[in-house]
Amino acid sequence: MSRLIPFFGFLLLVALFGFGIWWNTQHDQREVPSPLINKPAPAFVLPKLDDPAQTVSRDALLGKPYLINVFASWCVACGEEHPVLMAQGKSIGVPVIGYNYKDDASDAKNWLAQHGNPYNMVIVDREGRTAIDFGVYGAPESFLVDGKGIIRYKRIGPLTPEAIEKELKPAIAALAKESP
Amino acid sequence: MRRVLLLVSMCLFACIAIAQAIDPLPFKDHAQEVRFQNLTRELRCLVCQNENLADSNADLARDLRHEVFNLMQQGKSDEEIKQYLVDRYSDFVLYDPPVQGSTLLLWFGPLVILLAGAAVVVVTVRRRARPANAAMDDRPADEGDDW
Repeated sequence: MSRLIPFFGFLLLVALFGFGIWWNTQHDQREVPSPLINKPAPAFVLPKLDDPAQTVSRDALLGKPYLINVFASWCVACGEEHPVLMAQGKSIGVPVIGYNYKDDASDAKNWLAQHGNPYNMVIVDREGRTAIDFGVYGAPESFLVDGKGIIRYKRIGPLTPEAIEKELKPAIAALAKESP
Repeated sequence: MRRVLLLVSMCLFACIAIAQAIDPLPFKDHAQEVRFQNLTRELRCLVCQNENLADSNADLARDLRHEVFNLMQQGKSDEEIKQYLVDRYSDFVLYDPPVQGSTLLLWFGPLVILLAGAAVVVVTVRRRARPANAAMDDRPADEGDDW
């Protein structure tokens, strides 16, 4: 019996290894849970893309929920996400604010002109300074902010039709229930 | 062979020189630079997650290095700077995670495994020592496949 102990030890290691593989296929290792969920969105004042003289602040947006979508013309995954936003952006029930991240203004305008503009408004963070406050580490990212300015949901990576259906829409529906 | 080695090492040194030239930060003195290097080595880059902030070439890592540098200029302590980043990016940015409920296994798991291993060794050694003379007779000759 005692000779079988190493064999059981080996089986245990195999099981652990198998579990590790299974776990990593179920979870995106790159995804870092945001500590900002259910916390107030960071205060920001950022210029608009089409009129840099005008700025938009967090406090000016209080009162109604909105979705912030971080994008950039240089970001490949944003290109994958873009058709989804074009198709479904207007139907999710809250305004979608484009957050142009570390991008050249003319590149961003060309990109939107070429692929279409799914955003109700686009704000610009050229240096990416405010994005650090939001904990952005890779575009695209999306933040659902409620009427009180609290971040309620965050999606890292492209919004897919599945993610919109299973995560974003329920989150928006939950907001609607809270403040009739 | 020696020439190849020389060439490789020259290239490596060139890379180091370039890496430092890309991102020059105006440190007040050497002590501050050392502190900056030590601090950024303990912080994880979120883009290439197996690199620290000091080594990473990612755009975001550069921004965060500048952020750390600015916070240092404002007189923030290492702890305050770490907290600043944790508030934004969660404990994930720390290479040295704090001891808390969710990290107990991480901190003490290896110790538990070590103790379990030690227990197995002790039990095995004792068991072997005891029947050495008593059970010798009914065992076949040592086949050499004992572990």
